[in-house]
Amino acid sequence: MEPDDPTSRSGTEPVVHLRGAVALLGRFPALAGVDLDVDRRRIVLLRGANGAGKTTLLRALAGLVPISAGEAVVLGVDLRVDRQSVRHRVGLLAHGTGLYDELSVSDNVRFWTLAAGADLADAESAMARLGLDGRLSDVSVGRLSTGQRRRTSLAILIARRPELWLLDEPHAGLDKEGRDVVDELVRDAAAAGATIILSSHELDRAIDLADEIVTLGGGVALDDSGAGGDDHVA
Amino acid sequence: MLHDAWLIARKDLKLEIRSRVALNQVVPFALLVLVLFAFALDPDRGLLEKATPGLYWIAVLFSGLLAMQRSFAVEAADGVTDALRLSGLAPAGIYLGKTLSVAVQLLVLEVLLGVGVAVLYGTSITGWLLLIATIVVATAGISTAGTLFGVVAAGLRVRETLLPLLLLPVLAPVLIGSTRAFEAALSGTPSEGWPWVGLMSVFAAVYVVAGIFGFGPLMEES
Repeated sequence: MEPDDPTSRSGTEPVVHLRGAVALLGRFPALAGVDLDVDRRRIVLLRGANGAGKTTLLRALAGLVPISAGEAVVLGVDLRVDRQSVRHRVGLLAHGTGLYDELSVSDNVRFWTLAAGADLADAESAMARLGLDGRLSDVSVGRLSTGQRRRTSLAILIARRPELWLLDEPHAGLDKEGRDVVDELVRDAAAAGATIILSSHELDRAIDLADEIVTLGGGVALDDSGAGGDDHVA
Repeated sequence: MLHDAWLIARKDLKLEIRSRVALNQVVPFALLVLVLFAFALDPDRGLLEKATPGLYWIAVLFSGLLAMQRSFAVEAADGVTDALRLSGLAPAGIYLGKTLSVAVQLLVLEVLLGVGVAVLYGTSITGWLLLIATIVVATAGISTAGTLFGVVAAGLRVRETLLPLLLLPVLAPVLIGSTRAFEAALSGTPSEGWPWVGLMSVFAAVYVVAGIFGFGPLMEES
């Protein structure tokens, strides 16, 4: 599950570079001037209260929310100029599963894998990794539990081989075994060269996982005094 | 782009086969419309015969609206729109794939409605070549325009009511052209129908080009 040769592009420039990044939801500045640098192969935890801007930041990094002011460069792409080019290179695990309820697990994973230009072999191995290759593979997604749907979304994400993983509450809805699998996937992805930014309210688990911690509040990155990892004050 | 279109069309058709919405809701709705027209016009059998081409295409349009709304409703669920934007699929490919899927569903519906018209209205079918050409180009026109306007309405809460308001006036040339061409075929004067087929071909071609270039920006806004 290695990303597509992430070291082939400039290995020294940060994967994410934000300076005074502002993103508006309607007229509300959900991001009100975020500064953030994330280097390749790092695991960064975003934390903050509800409404702090974590989800908006992840969506902005995926190119889904426009940056209206400041600097925003992701994977070498200036998001103020071009939000589309970066999208197929990131994997976003969002609150919505992005799954078709009427299709089976394997149909969903295969469709999104082929859509990303990856091989069916990637889909099969991702399903096996997430424990979806048995009887579950032919079950309609609409009949799955929340945790099983989350696993299916994760299978799609790893099958797509993104360079930048953006995980919004990846532990939500999963049992202990599932949360362990998520942690293992994140560590393996970072070891293979990917960069991971995640938000989580499961702080004990997420802090153990993270190399850096960034706290958001009111749409900006705050001075951080959190425990674990190398606290990153942006 | 064609690879992406094929992926989307195959996925959409598989969704319809699995969900059976078209089979269980759209087809019965279409046949019900035909039956209601028959009830309304039965006292004057001659009028029903005269109106058959128009009634057929109105039934197609109303039923096709359901298929087009369904085509975009499945993409609005649970983060699928974002997943599509992140997928790397070419917007033009998504447009062509959805158009193809809607067209296939419409063709099946039109064949069933044709059988319904023959049985319920006692219409004798003549002018097969013109009828088939009309069905093909009218279906292309409805699905190309419908898919483009479908994405316009997709992101709005009022999409179920907005889509017919946007689309039905736009499809008026297709309704007129297909009705006139069917009248010509059924009355044994096919030469009068071919210009209408040409008009509808131009209509479909214009919307294919508009869709290929316009679908991406519209999907961003939806």
